Amino acid sequence: MTGTAVYLYGVARGLDPATLGGTSGVSGAPVRSVVVGGLTALVSTVGTDDYGEAALRANLEDLAWLEEAARAHHKVVDRAARAAPTAPVRIATLYRDDARVAEILVEENDRFGEVLDSIAGRLEWGVKVYASPDAPAGPPTDPPSPSPVVAPAGTGGAGTAYLRRRQDERRHREDAGRRVAARAAGIHAELAEHAVAARHHPPQDPRLSGRAGTQILNAAYLLDDAREAGFLAVTRATADRLADVEVEVTGPWPPYSFIDANAASSATAAGGKAP
Amino acid sequence: MSGPPGPQSANLADLLERILDKGIVIVGDIRVNLLDIELLTIKLRLLVASVDRAKEMGIDWWEHDPSLSSRARQVEGGAEDDLREENRRLCERVAALEAHQQSVREKGEAS
Repeated sequence: MTGTAVYLYGVARGLDPATLGGTSGVSGAPVRSVVVGGLTALVSTVGTDDYGEAALRANLEDLAWLEEAARAHHKVVDRAARAAPTAPVRIATLYRDDARVAEILVEENDRFGEVLDSIAGRLEWGVKVYASPDAPAGPPTDPPSPSPVVAPAGTGGAGTAYLRRRQDERRHREDAGRRVAARAAGIHAELAEHAVAARHHPPQDPRLSGRAGTQILNAAYLLDDAREAGFLAVTRATADRLADVEVEVTGPWPPYSFIDANAASSATAAGGKAP
Repeated sequence: MSGPPGPQSANLADLLERILDKGIVIVGDIRVNLLDIELLTIKLRLLVASVDRAKEMGIDWWEHDPSLSSRARQVEGGAEDDLREENRRLCERVAALEAHQQSVREKGEAS
């Protein structure tokens, strides 16, 4: 090991130090806390052979390495978030030593405070909805949309007929898509009523989701602790009511998806004060 | 539901879409070029998101989400898709016009 650095997972407020006792983080390193005022920075000491600038650049491109680091990062943030309000920090944020981390807690005190206020007493839940691979996602009895066919019927040869058939097929597919989208929007609206905030994630590829059906909704909801039971009841009711969709619920998650992007960008600007 | 899944059971796609490009950004002492991470994110997104297929069905909710659509690269990808789609439509229209012209000509010859 050529040197060491301090890896920062996140910042919690009012965290009982015993919560993280015995937890191991990235590179299997023990997790410690750096406390300033009411804020607790969750940190580990790591080697620069893995977390130095050049090593990190290479490692982040290695999916196996990245998965291990992401899981370790998540384990630490997750454990803290279940015990106290915890703001996750972007993966691979590293400092020279604990003193530098303490400095950051002071410098960024206001920003951490704002973020922690917005997530205190709240956790994130994920909901993914899949339309079954074969079943049409909606009543097939919809009236066909009026077809704006340019050429009058009966004229034209096989080419025109082929094109018209293709156009019909496409329209059909688009109609089915619209029904699916409307259905997803309906489910989302119902779930969002129970949430403080909601965010959409892009749909996942079946190779990663491990499901054959088309993912028609992939969203995250930030819930007050008191609303969790009601929210979960809605997800179950939705699954029971709609026979041709599957509902998958994950969580609770630390509120990863609800860290304000603007707060992040202003930080970048503030950090880049060098000319 | 038999209790929420623990962190160990979190699937990789769910985890990466939350961890990779989210979280408070603070400048560290070891400068990891965030662009590197974003490039990686995009590479993963190609794998994670079956965006083309969803778009074909008219599902494009994520494009209206400010936290997702603010990424310039995502927009670039979208623009490319749009061009491809427009190109396909134009080809179809040209074929339709040619077919129509052909049938008009045939009719003219017949009379």
